[in-house]
Amino acid sequence: MCVHEMEKPHILATKPGEYKGIPQIFAPLLEKHFTVVPYHEFEKNPNRWADKIQALIVFFSIPKISRDLLLSLPNLKAVISGGVGVDHLDIPLITSFGVKIANTPTIVDNATADMGMALLLASARKLIEGYKIAISPDMTKLTHCDLGHDVSGSTLGIIGMGRIGYKIAKRAQGFDMKILYHNRKQREAEDEKAVGATYCAKIEDLLRESDFVMLSVNLSPETHKLIGKRELSMMKPTATLVNVSRGLVVDQDALVEALQDGVIYAAALDVTYPEPLPRNHPLLRLKNILILPHMGTASYQTTRAMVERIIANTRLALEGSPLLDEVKPN
Amino acid sequence: MTLLIRVPFTLLRRSQRWSTTAARPYSVMEKPHILALQPGDKSGIHSAFAPIIEKHFTIISNDEFTKDKQRWADKVQAVFVWCAVPKLNRDLLQVLPNLKAVINGGVGVDHLDIPLISSFGVKVTNTPNLVNNATADLGMTLLLASARKVIQGYKTGVSPEITEYVQSEIGYDVSGATLGIIGMGRIGYQVAKRAKGFDMKILYHNRNRRKEAEEKAVGAHYYEKMDDLLRDSDFVMLVVDLSPQTYHLIGKRELSLMKRTATLINISRGLVVDQDALVEVLSTGLIHAAALDVTYPEPLPRDHPLLKLDNVLILPHMGSHTYQTTQVMVERMVANALAILNGQPPLDEVKASK
Repeated sequence: MCVHEMEKPHILATKPGEYKGIPQIFAPLLEKHFTVVPYHEFEKNPNRWADKIQALIVFFSIPKISRDLLLSLPNLKAVISGGVGVDHLDIPLITSFGVKIANTPTIVDNATADMGMALLLASARKLIEGYKIAISPDMTKLTHCDLGHDVSGSTLGIIGMGRIGYKIAKRAQGFDMKILYHNRKQREAEDEKAVGATYCAKIEDLLRESDFVMLSVNLSPETHKLIGKRELSMMKPTATLVNVSRGLVVDQDALVEALQDGVIYAAALDVTYPEPLPRNHPLLRLKNILILPHMGTASYQTTRAMVERIIANTRLALEGSPLLDEVKPN
Repeated sequence: MTLLIRVPFTLLRRSQRWSTTAARPYSVMEKPHILALQPGDKSGIHSAFAPIIEKHFTIISNDEFTKDKQRWADKVQAVFVWCAVPKLNRDLLQVLPNLKAVINGGVGVDHLDIPLISSFGVKVTNTPNLVNNATADLGMTLLLASARKVIQGYKTGVSPEITEYVQSEIGYDVSGATLGIIGMGRIGYQVAKRAKGFDMKILYHNRNRRKEAEEKAVGAHYYEKMDDLLRDSDFVMLVVDLSPQTYHLIGKRELSLMKRTATLINISRGLVVDQDALVEVLSTGLIHAAALDVTYPEPLPRDHPLLKLDNVLILPHMGSHTYQTTQVMVERMVANALAILNGQPPLDEVKASK
């Protein structure tokens, strides 16, 4: 590579603006530092680009990183993933090729916590039902949908009190919610006090007492199907399940059953498995469910901050410096 | 509260039976009559709460009354108003000789002509305070749903056509954004308290400045000039009463002061906003979006331009529309009515202002 030609390092990514790609508006940020090789172009003609690719950016878990892909990129130094979840990456496989991995933790915390609260409030206060009535071509006199449930003063049970869970607690506190939490480790007393949260060593206690159960855990072998038939049956029949973690944390078949039979009152999900659900999936036919297309971080400011962080980590990887957000194998 | 049990009705002289000024005696079985929309009617009180009222009162539905006014008119001692119905106009007041109380569900009474009603010797009550939390919660729901494009996301999520999550518009962060509250009364203050948890920067404009301790508790900055608040806010939330002073408080001039990226949220009354001006600025991108629990009229005519805009979220006036809040409102209405009918001061009288 001739340095004087000012050729920017090549990176592989989904074409900005395409499905699951970085939004088009942020493409210039990337292009300032890198030559972006769109993934579908690479697939058509891998030999043209293979040697040049030094970093691979994963956004919305695309592209999928397979052994074959890794074998074909001899100069790959880093896989940089947008978002905090890395359950879509085979970390041991990637690191076995001497490739570093980075994510974007902390940057996503506020926006995800905000989305958790948005889901909780929208579900409790029947936003969708009300909206449908308000725009209905048949409404000639003021009509109401079914009554909602008060959020103020109700009990929120947070499962997973990491950075995002803690920010959810902070937001819920402003609504005078009673806050319970379950976590691998109990938090420091002063942290608990600051948000008015009470630790439940047993998840069962949290499930029994909560009006809203919020899932904000990582997906791991320990949290796979953490909420199944047994857990759902422990919840109040008036309770709502809110999920901003990963679809696989919930046994979806058990959830369908619980919602159909009135074992729980409602669910509000930013995440499902798969994403999207097949269009004939029973979850889509239920009345007491709100599903969003994984928008936890879909805000202008947060997405921009993620892209900037991706760029920073990529540049560090390419110059052989320590990454800001390296993800190492356990 | 107990029924007044006096002399059996049939033993009274005729002149005593229909006395308009004395406490009207009635038999053990007959409860005082109130006029209201039939519970369960789409604009009425939810039927689940009818028993709370029927424990103490006999409900004459608006429909029944309209069909046979002569039969019921003398009996009605109170009117329960819900979602501004029934309408208390001069015609109605004149045919209810024994009316003592107009009992409003909700805090806003802009739909009631209080001087007119008072001129008939009838008292008016509302239900302040009980609605504060639920209304503030709905204000935050509107703010978050609008900012984070929940409706658009919902439509994508259930769309029959999608096989992949394509990129739709991305929203704006609520955390760390600036919220300008116009009207920092009881409800506005509760909104500030909730916004604080999102690390929002909170500005407020009010007739009177709040105490420093109150401001500090929610991190709110007083803006004497509403224009400055409009310029500085990412989200502008209207939480005022409707009065002659707040009628069309937000018009074209005010909207054009707002940031192009800003969102207007209204949980007060439709008439606080000049709706035609709002349509114009939303259509031309002078502001980013609006989220309204209230409009004028309610509901909007089905061909109204607000219903055609992509960047408006409208709800059918649901600020206090929850089981728990509705229940306490109905209980309070009953308590206010019983007090007045028993000649006692009610808990929440609204007097005609000067």
